[in-house]
Parts: sequence; C-alpha cells; structure tokens
Amino acid sequence: MSVVDDTVEAIPSGIGVSAVRPDGKEKVKGDFIFSSDLSSEGMLWGQTLRSPHSSARILNIDISDALSISGVHAVLTADDVPGENIFGLERADQPVLANDFIRYAGEPVAIVAADHPEIARKATDAIKVEYEILSPLVDSSAAITAKAIHPEGNVIRYLNIVHGDTEAVGDVIVEGEYEVGMQDQAFMGTESGMAIPSPDGGIDLQISTQWLHSDQEQVATALNMPIEMVRVTLAGVGGAFGGREDVSMHVHLCMLALYTGKPVKMIYDRNESFLGHVHRHPARIWYRHHASFGGRLVKVEAKVILDGGAYASTTSAVLANACCFSIGPYSVPNASVEGWGVRTNNPPCGAMRGFGNVQTCFAVEAQMDKIAKELNLDPVEFRLNNALKSGDTIITGQEITGTAPVREVLMSLANHPLPGPSSNNLLELPGGTGRTTDGSHVKRGVGFAASIKNLMFSEGFDDFSEARCIVDDGFIAIQTACVEVGQGFVTLVQQIVQEILGIEKVEILPADTSIGSAGSTSASRQSWMSGGAVMKACEAVVNSLISDLSNEQGVSFERIGTVLVAPDGSASIPVSDALRGRNYDETVVHRHAPTVPLDEVGQGDAHVSFAFAAHRAVVDVDEELGLVRVVEIATSQDVGRVLNPVQARGQIEGGIAQGLGLAILEEIILQDGKIQNANFTDYLLPTAMDTPTIEIAALIEEPEPNAPFGAKGIGEPPVISSTPAVVAAIRDATGLDLNRVPIRPEDIALG
Amino acid sequence: MEFHIASSTEEVCGLLAEDPTREILAGGTDFMVEVNFRHKDPSAVIAIDRVPELKQWRHDGDAVSIGSCVTYREIERGPLSTIVPALAQSARTVGSPQIRNVATIGGNLGTASPAGDMIPVLLALDAKVIIRSIDGSREVSIDELITGVKETSLADNEFIEKIRVPILRGPQEFLKVGPRNAMVISIASLAMVTDLERSAIAIALGSVTAAPSKAREAEAYIQDFLDWNVMTVESSALPNFRRLVGEASSPINDHRSSATYRKHAVGVLGQRALLRIFESRDDG
Ligand SMILES: Cc1cc2nc3c(=O)[nH]c(=O)nc-3n(C[C@H](O)[C@H](O)[C@H](O)COP(=O)(O)OP(=O)(O)OC[C@H]3O[C@@H](n4cnc5c(N)ncnc54)[C@H](O)[C@@H]3O)c2cc1C
Repeated sequence: MSVVDDTVEAIPSGIGVSAVRPDGKEKVKGDFIFSSDLSSEGMLWGQTLRSPHSSARILNIDISDALSISGVHAVLTADDVPGENIFGLERADQPVLANDFIRYAGEPVAIVAADHPEIARKATDAIKVEYEILSPLVDSSAAITAKAIHPEGNVIRYLNIVHGDTEAVGDVIVEGEYEVGMQDQAFMGTESGMAIPSPDGGIDLQISTQWLHSDQEQVATALNMPIEMVRVTLAGVGGAFGGREDVSMHVHLCMLALYTGKPVKMIYDRNESFLGHVHRHPARIWYRHHASFGGRLVKVEAKVILDGGAYASTTSAVLANACCFSIGPYSVPNASVEGWGVRTNNPPCGAMRGFGNVQTCFAVEAQMDKIAKELNLDPVEFRLNNALKSGDTIITGQEITGTAPVREVLMSLANHPLPGPSSNNLLELPGGTGRTTDGSHVKRGVGFAASIKNLMFSEGFDDFSEARCIVDDGFIAIQTACVEVGQGFVTLVQQIVQEILGIEKVEILPADTSIGSAGSTSASRQSWMSGGAVMKACEAVVNSLISDLSNEQGVSFERIGTVLVAPDGSASIPVSDALRGRNYDETVVHRHAPTVPLDEVGQGDAHVSFAFAAHRAVVDVDEELGLVRVVEIATSQDVGRVLNPVQARGQIEGGIAQGLGLAILEEIILQDGKIQNANFTDYLLPTAMDTPTIEIAALIEEPEPNAPFGAKGIGEPPVISSTPAVVAAIRDATGLDLNRVPIRPEDIALG
Repeated sequence: MEFHIASSTEEVCGLLAEDPTREILAGGTDFMVEVNFRHKDPSAVIAIDRVPELKQWRHDGDAVSIGSCVTYREIERGPLSTIVPALAQSARTVGSPQIRNVATIGGNLGTASPAGDMIPVLLALDAKVIIRSIDGSREVSIDELITGVKETSLADNEFIEKIRVPILRGPQEFLKVGPRNAMVISIASLAMVTDLERSAIAIALGSVTAAPSKAREAEAYIQDFLDWNVMTVESSALPNFRRLVGEASSPINDHRSSATYRKHAVGVLGQRALLRIFESRDDG
C-alpha cells in the first residue's frame, strides 16, 4: 500500500506548469467532503417515488398509509409544488412531480422525508399510485409523425442546413446508415445534496451540480420564491460529464425542507442515479457523401435523428452541434443536412461530454474511410486533402477566424510510431482474464479518426462569467460561481493568480450564488470563461494598484510579468510586494465574442471557437468470439496552449477511456423505455484491463486569438474521435461494416 | 436485526437448529447486493466468515477439501492454484481484487447463479459438497446441490461446510466470455478437465443452462478421436465436437447476450480448450 506524502515539493508556478491540485491530497486520502458527506443537526432523509411505467396516466395517488408510518414527516406530490410545477434547462417542459401523465420510466411521482433513509424507503413503498398504463412511444423515427406525447409536440427541434449547391453531384458517391446507443455519464458520485430552510423563509441548497445559477432560477420558479431567497452552494462533486447540468433532486429537497422546517438530505443509489439524470442522445444517422476522383469532398447530405426522450433538456443545442459539425473537421463546398431532436417515452437525454458532436463524428468518420477506400486513397491522405484551415468556411457559412491546425494534428499523429505486436500472455489478449483467446486467434487492426468541437455556448446565448479578486493586506481570495467537477479549475485559479500577481497562496472561496453566474461547467468553456474572468479580476486589481501608486508616488507604473516597472526604468516593484498593506476588491464580468442564432437555412456565425483532435486506435480482435482488446490509442490535439500538462493529460486519458467505452462497452439497454441495466454490473465501464496505453503524439500549441492565455478548451475533444477510431480499427481487423456503437461481441462474431 | 458471529461449525449448526430462518452470511458480495437492492430483508443473520475450519483447505486422500469460506484470492494465488488449476483460472475471472479478497467458494454455490464461475469447474471435476446440520453431514454432487436458477437443495437448517475436489493429473482449462476484459459476469463459460490416469475428459458449461450441466455427448464423442499417449486430437472431429458442445447448452436471450451468441461462443470455447490440451492432428 502506498502512503501519501505530506510534503509537497516546491515547484515552478504560473501558467504552463503542472501545478498541484489544491484539493488533490484530500481526494487521494479520502478526506475531501463530497455532497454525499453533507450532514446537519436534526436532518431528515428524502426519498423519491418513481414511476415504473414509461407511459401512463395517473388516476389516483393515496399517501395515507405512507403518512401514518412513524418517523415520516412529509409525503408530497404534484399538488404540493408551491410554484410552477415545471422546469427545464433550455425550455421548461418537465414537471417537478408528475401530475397527470407519466412520460418515462423513472419519472418522480412523490417525495418523502423521514427520520431515517430506510423509513423513507418504506414510506415510498406505501404510497399507492393507480396508473392507467399506456403504450409507450419508443421509436425515435416514428416519433416525428406519431401522436404527440407532450403538449409541446414530439419534435423538439427541426434543423435544416443548406450550404452551396445542393444539386451538386460527385464522381464517387458513398452512402451509409449509422446508429449510436444511449451512453451514460456514469459519474462515480451519485446525485446528492441537502436543503436547509433559513429563518428569513428562504432556502439554502447545497448540491452537487454543474451550474449554480441555472439551478437557482429553476428552483425559485418551482418554489414561487424571489430568486435571492434561493441560495445555492456547491457541494463536493464526484464527476459530472454533463449529467449534472439539469435539475434532479433540487426542487424536491427544497420542498421537503420548507414543508418540514428541517434540513433534508438525499442520496440517489446507483440504480436511481441512472433514472435521475439525462443521458447521451441515441442517434440514427444517414449520410450520402460525394467526392471527386481527385480526392476532394464535393457534397455531403445527412439526416440526423436524436432521441431526446421524454423532456427537452438540452436537445436543441445538442442537435445544433450534431448538425453544424456533421461534416467533421473538413471543408466541403456543398451540403444539405437535416436534423430532428424528438420526444419519446425513453429516459430524457441531454448534455454529455462531446454534446452532439460525438454522434455525427462516429458516422461521418466511417463515411470518410469508405470514400477513401472507394478512391483507393490512404484514409489520412484523404482527410488531409479536405482538412479545414483557418479562413475556411463551415457549412453554416461561418468563417473560421481563429486557429485550425487540422493538418498539423493529422500529420503529427500519422507520423507517430505504431506499437509492437502483443505478447502471448493470455491476460493481455482479447478476453483478458477470461483466457479465451490465444495469439493465433488475434487479428490486428488500425483505425484513424478526427474531430471538430465548438467551444463555449453557441447560437446567440449571452455567455458570461463573473469573478472577484479580494486583496486583504497582500492576501488573495478569489470568488467565482464556477463549478469544480474534477477538471482542475481550482488549480488553474491558483496558476492565474501566480501568473499575474506573483502570489503563491490563494484562497478559493466557495462557489455559490452570492456572486454572478459563471455559466455551466460544460462545453469546454470554463478555462476560457471563468479563467478569463479570474484573469481580468486580477488585472483589475493591478490597475487599481497602479493608479494608487501613481497617485501616491507620481510615477505611472506598468505591469511586466509580475513586476511593476516605471516607464523610464527608474523604479520597479513586484506586484506581490506592492500589494502588502493594501486592500482591493474587484469584480469583473467576462464575455466571449457574441454569436447569433442559426437562420432558417442553418446559416449564421453561431459559434465562438473550434478545437480539433485526432485519434489512432490499434486493436487486437478475436473475430470468432467477437472480443476486442484495444492495444493503444494515440492522439494529437489542438489545444491553443497547454495551461497545465498533467491536467491536460488527465483530460485526454479520461476522455479517451469514455470514447472507448462508447465504442465497445457502454450502453443503457432499454426495453419499452425501461432501463434493463441500471447498475455497474451490466452497464459496463472500461476497467484498467480495457483501457490501453495512451500516447500523446502532439499537443499543437497555436495560441487562439481572444482566448485567455491563448488556450482552447480541452475537455471534450478526447471523447469525440476516440470512438470512431476504435471502430475503424475493428473494421480494419475484421472487414465488417459495424454501423452501430457500442459494438457487441456478437456483432463481430455473428456479423 | 439479529446478528450472530459464529466461531465454530457446531455453533453454526446450533444457531440454525434453533431458528432455521436465520440466514448465512459469508463474504457478503452477493448477500449485501441483495439487501441493497431490497430483494432481501433478513431478520437474522449468521456470519460464518470467522469460523476457522471453514476458512481452511487440506489434502484429503486423493482429493483436496476446501472449506466453504476459502476466498477466491486464496484459490487464485496460493498452492491451490497448482492443485486445481481450472479453479484458480476461474477464480481469477471473478470481480475485482476487492471482491476476490472476501468472496468465498461456498457463497458462489449458495447463490447458485447460472453465471457462478466456480460451478462449471467443480462440476467438471466431479467435486462433492459436504453439507452440515445439527443432524450430521451429507454429501451431494454439484448438480444435486444446484437444482435450478438460484435454487439449491439445501434445507433451512443446513449449510455448506466444504467442497471435496478430486486432484487429477492432467491439463485443465477454464475459459469465460464477457464483453469486458476483466470484472465481468460471464455470458458463456466452459471448464474442461482431463484425467490422464483414466484417460478421461470432462466438460461443463457455465451461463448457458439453468442448472449446472455437462456436455456429455461431446465428451463421449471426442473420446474416439483422442490419442492419450501423445495427447493429440483428430482435426476432422473438431467441427462435430464444437457443434455438440454448443448443443449441450440451452441459453436464454437477455440484456447481456443473445442465446444464439451464447450457443456459438460455448462451442468455440470447447474447441479452444480442447486444442490447448490436445494437439490437432490431420489423419487420413
Ligand atoms: C462486483 C462484483 C463482481 C462479481 N463478479 C463475479 C464473477 O465474476 N463471477 C461470479 O461467479 N460471481 C461474481 N460475483 C458474485 C459473488 O462475488 C460470488 O458469487 C461469491 O462467490 C459469493 O460469495 P460470498 O462469500 O460473498 O457469499 P455471500 O454473499 O455471503 O452469500 C451468498 C449466498 O450464499 C449463501 N451462503 C454463503 N455461504 C454459505 C454456506 N457456507 N452454506 C450455505 N449457504 C451459504 C448466503 O446465505 C447467500 O444466500 C460478483 C459480485 C460482485 C459484488
């Protein structure tokens, strides 16, 4: 057993170094307080009763037996929602508690507070709900024209992108149909939180989330409370990946706490967690690609159907991403792309790392390989022929004004050496510990894929983050509402302060709603948005300091690095020294360049910035049994600038494992809309024996104009093209089409 | 809830005789999952994992007696791994190191899941289960103990004391298919053991039948094509052998796999196990 060393070596600081996470040691030692560790004097436990049916009408709810159980303090239903019984991230269309119809299996129907979690569970069992069971709508294609299952209709969004000449025809035409299964974020720490009623009649909510202010707004509406009476504080988050962007238990906790006048805590168990958050949209995708004999893309036609499940969540924005980037990181003169985000009686789907780009990337990269084969071109060469570059226009008519080192990403990866052959150790071959596969059964395959991801929020959203820098006699405290979900924002805050103020020790104040919104920790946006806000807040402190100094000394200093220097060189003083004995409190708001909504033909400068990545997977496949061992995944990524090398590697490794999961393991299996595998026995995440060596061929550092420190978001690209790379490698080994992910053993063995 | 920590087998017998509704808890890796999922709400529990006799194994004539509370870790790593190699190969496939450190062989039989990884190996080896109660002990074969999906012939006042496993001279193989490379519930598995003294081969299947089951027709069929002196098998017999192994299964369709794949996979495992033990020979 290894022991955590208490002595941390002094290391270089500022931007670009592998600064140590301030919460790292606590997390490794198990001392970190996660939301599930919250507790409060006299606290009650909350529990949710959920519908077992995916489509039903509620005829009657009888809570009398549940209420009579000793130790039960509250049993609440839709009738008890104080404000509007509706919430939603992009549009409010989801009831806090179901009042008439059930639209998915797992929809909350009633909530209970009791002295003990076990009593709360018994009480939910004692609630009698009479349902009229209806037949569920579970087919996403049928949903477009089927009878509406929600007052707002089944088509949450239809998007049509028309680019160039839609009549153009290529020399070579390649068609394909693809399907993506429902992936789960599968964060380790399930949903949990605590609500405490406060003496002023308001409520304090401590919750594991991704976006405090969005929660605050939705909770206030449902509680019918002035927004400032709802105070939301971040509780320790055990992973998110998009699955905490939506409200889950938030309103329920507050309702129970307000009703009972006591603090109420909830923790979902793993099974409930699968029911309690949105998933990655399953997709059905059709493509027809046209290319010239010369190896250039001529036209791309696509139809994309995303299954949004019962409620909208972020379906509109996910669909926009799926469609806008349906071409991949390539330039094409003509395109016609149609997309539907539909409503079904499947579990709701929303944000998950990669956010729509994942689904179309899997399909379009398969198409790119197919055309390359048709044209007898090397897959990398064909991609290079068509690679986007700065100054090119994407199919929405937007010109890429920032950096777009697609060629560099592709070339550096292609030039990276391939791994050697596998050993004869059975445990290292497909099948692993199952000892199924000898070397003689193994076929090796290599696959390549590339991706594009938009950074930050798109389509005209007013995207901003607020940060506050407090200086108290030279000591620095930073406040934002930016949610740390494990990505390392807390490390970056320290690095920024070091970079600008030259001060090592930084207090990071709790993230809560007492400061303005930081936006969501998603869309690869927080380093740019909240990192940018922290940078500006520090700069504001420096500016105030300079103005005070010039008033006092009659010299107008300027900041060079972390030192203030008089223009004539007559005086210089480190910022940190100058701040001693002084107090400042600066709050700034940082915005990125504005974007516009897409018009009716899908045109407009809807996005802010773009990041590119490529992955090369090497796999060993046992064709007869359909078992796969991913041997290595190599990657190159366009990062603008590396802010913290260790954290960059962390994002890349984690993202690749998640992409591999979608390729061959991870799927929520549904039957009539009901989840069949809401547990980690059967929802299969990659283990250490499934996760290969990860090689970083290159991190391309071309500073992005307008980005704080030139850095692009790096969280999402690793997950996007790793999936198609693994699939391409399996195709290479087997010669099979493999048009659906995750690939199951039988797709290969019986394919 | 009533909770007893037993320190001897006699104590376990007594506690069960006194109140046969008391439930046995060994490593708890199945038991506690059942409790957490609220499929089980025990009112009285007897923990047996600290009973010294149950935690030991010893040589017992031409067999080895393995106490019901011997863990996978011990089977996988200790001397047992060379005495009953297929059992060790199977133990290695179970769960994660944390699970293998506490989960027991007796618990695997107690759960009696079709996917229990000990079961095909013990069946192929013709192991005997020694069952204890206040009335004494009785000995049953694996297929007498496990009568169906999660069903055993244990009476309420009985528990598994140990498993007597014959020590055979000859290669043994356990192969298990799951979609993941480790820590995965089997969707098809196969144990093949040989006895060089008697020139015998036994094959048992996992996860593809409701109750433990051998591939008897395949065993009988292949005998004619084996040369035990040089350990070879006639290659022409392989397709039929593989088909017969598959036909010995009666798998179900579920969220883990289709029945068609399970049948296919178990046949492939049979052929591969055979070819690890016997070299293929082309005969005219
Ligand atoms: C993460 C995880 C992964 C797993 N992976 C696998 C796997 O790959 N393969 C596999 O086969 N299993 C697997 N299991 C299931 C489990 O670990 C095994 O079945 C294990 O052998 C159970 O042993 P235990 O000691 O934990 O039994 P317990 O959980 O204590 O008991 C299981 C049942 O047997 C009864 N019982 C226990 N001992 C006796 C006895 N001596 N006499 C009579 N009845 C008894 C109990 O009353 C209970 O009903 C896994 C479980 C988990 C949690």
